[in-house]
Amino acid sequence: MERNQISSASDSNSIQADVLVIGGGPAGTWAAWTAASEGAKVILVDKGYCGTTGATASAGTGIWYVAPDPTSRESAMASREALGGHLAHRDWMTRVLDRTYANVHLLSDWGYPFPVDDTGHPYRNSLQGPEYMRLMRRKIKQAGVIVLDQSPALSLLVDAEGAVAGATGIHRQTGERWQIQANAVVIATGGCAFLSKALGCNVLTGDGYLMAAEAGADFSGMEFSNAYGISPAFSTVTKTLFYNWASFTDEDGTVIPEAGSQKGRSVIAQTLLKKPVYAILDKATEEMRSIMRKAQPNFFLPFDRAGIDPFTQRFPVTLRLEGTVRGTGGIRIVDQTCATAVPGLYAAGDAATRELICGGFTGGGSHNAAWATSSGYWSGQAAALYARSLGQKALQRQVKQAGTPQANKPTIDPKAVVEAVQAEVFPYDRNYFRSQSRLVDSLGRLDSLWQEVQTTGQDTSNDPTQVVQAREAAAMVATARWMYRSAIERRETRGMHKYIDYPELDPTQQHHLISGGLDQVWVKSQPIANQTEDLKVLAGVGR
Amino acid sequence: MIELVSASRCIQCNLCVNVCPTNVFEQRDDQPPQIARQSDCQTCFICEVYCPVDALYVAPDADANVVVNESTLAETGLLGSYRANVGWGAGRQKQAQQDQSFHLLKKL
Ligand SMILES: Cc1cc2nc3c(=O)[nH]c(=O)nc-3n(C[C@H](O)[C@H](O)[C@H](O)COP(=O)(O)OP(=O)(O)OC[C@H]3O[C@@H](n4cnc5c(N)ncnc54)[C@H](O)[C@@H]3O)c2cc1C
Ligand code: SF4
Ligand code: SF4
Repeated sequence: MERNQISSASDSNSIQADVLVIGGGPAGTWAAWTAASEGAKVILVDKGYCGTTGATASAGTGIWYVAPDPTSRESAMASREALGGHLAHRDWMTRVLDRTYANVHLLSDWGYPFPVDDTGHPYRNSLQGPEYMRLMRRKIKQAGVIVLDQSPALSLLVDAEGAVAGATGIHRQTGERWQIQANAVVIATGGCAFLSKALGCNVLTGDGYLMAAEAGADFSGMEFSNAYGISPAFSTVTKTLFYNWASFTDEDGTVIPEAGSQKGRSVIAQTLLKKPVYAILDKATEEMRSIMRKAQPNFFLPFDRAGIDPFTQRFPVTLRLEGTVRGTGGIRIVDQTCATAVPGLYAAGDAATRELICGGFTGGGSHNAAWATSSGYWSGQAAALYARSLGQKALQRQVKQAGTPQANKPTIDPKAVVEAVQAEVFPYDRNYFRSQSRLVDSLGRLDSLWQEVQTTGQDTSNDPTQVVQAREAAAMVATARWMYRSAIERRETRGMHKYIDYPELDPTQQHHLISGGLDQVWVKSQPIANQTEDLKVLAGVGR
Repeated sequence: MIELVSASRCIQCNLCVNVCPTNVFEQRDDQPPQIARQSDCQTCFICEVYCPVDALYVAPDADANVVVNESTLAETGLLGSYRANVGWGAGRQKQAQQDQSFHLLKKL
């Protein structure tokens, strides 16, 4: 595997690659696979372990796999258009449906054990997390990708012109620092769920957003960042499909009118503000129960272990914030290759905006998984081609860490910062239902927190856990600021953004909100037809 | 959260140390891994799927610590139950193959 060998640069701690992929969920592994298939030397780094880490590996996903006949495709595209507030793009949906279909067939060729349906045909709309991601790890290793586990990236490297040229990070078990110089970088670090313990989400702290912003990238749709998943109150398992067959009640069993998994989730949130909510899956027939167990064994783990029969016994539920994981905001991409606004930097999966295919309504259940595989595929391919166009000499570039060098002040406690951010973003009456006064109020505190965490960004501590957690805390503060600043500017209710001061959809606001900036957060609007131009400044400093 | 590394079952392969997404375990010389950062556990159950000898137990509680008894867990079939459900391990059929969710989606 000559071509994939890492060559040491002059600096002994620095290694080189054509393409560096940050994050090893579905988006990152697909990116790594296509980049390697283009002949690039690829390194993939993951904060955890590529194969077990991220939302898909723990949760498993339904995927937007739709046969290419015009009728099925048309209804698939139409299904969430209105829910998403008509912000999605048909051309993107078409591309994603095509690419997803092809990629799922590749998975089949690679040996993913799809079941057969009652007509004897393979059923390919559902992917089991551990199985899918173990397969992806195997495939990228076969393709020659070097995988570095337990190795979170901390910052991007940029060259003199500001193009992205690699990243630095740390091995969190040995404490060893690493630096990888690469001609192109794909950010596939997933979304941000603010350490809410939603299933598999505690590695998803917005690190990629912060790194990208420090290099000059911007965001789209960060107001669509308030997805909440239902789970038993004591548990982390935010698998929500089966709640379609639940009744939601008070403690004494009185049914809560209008409460439901899909349309009635906001009723659950409103009720939870006042009192506990219980659920019971009493609408599932006997026959369905055994099918459910085989379809999603992780759904039943908390019940079996707590000694609850969810079909016959009521259990308390809660809503856990999944933020941008099942929201749709993320790094803005500027063309069909999933390039960002910064040369050399690509974004894929939940790290990127998913408004292009789901608008402002959750991409969970199907779209997000389709987006992860498709955007991963395109970004990996484009990154490899871009890397080749720069050629070997680009690895001789002088590089520096993106972002402003931070003052070397004593480190504040990351756990305290995390709790402070959570106090702004978890409450249903701040984030699920938004109001101008509370958004302004939260932003005031988040802006001060940002000033505080400035000092933690460049941690010189020797404890790797502390270094990583400080960076996560900073990323969460930054993410919350882009979210709420954008939320304030969308003065209407659209998609998942529920603004109690503006409860109606306003047809004049059928546009994307682009945001960015670190010390000064700014927001601009962008017409939906046009991805790159005509930004209208709404708040903060313009660029 | 993770509550048990069974000393009697563990073969010290350290797979759990490698695969835990939130780096909860610490490898030790000639001993089973230690649960070093329990409060970082995200209760994702993944370590159980990878443990080849069903030596780990993740209690369903996200935040509360619970006391567990290894022999009770073994008797009630909870030790290794998730790995069995996922269908990993010799002689098992992968659960992915048995996923009949299409029956449910038809009813939505
Ligand atoms: C409970 C649940 C159920 C879901 N169900 C569905 C569904 O049915 N259908 C659907 O379409 N979608 C579903 N989703 C959403 C779906 O899981 C995600 O959209 C998908 O996982 C996105 O893939 P990704 O590769 O972008 O991110 P992830 O799978 O989250 O992977 C991101 C990776 O980046 C790594 N990382 C993070 N920070 C760093 C760093 N600093 N350095 C290095 N690596 C880093 C993480 O460790 C992780 O491995 C669900 C989500 C949840 C939480
Ligand atoms: S995976 Fe199981 S056997 Fe291996 S070290 Fe961990 S507990 Fe022990
Ligand atoms: S349940 Fe998940 S987070 Fe907790 S120890 Fe096991 S693998 Fe790690």
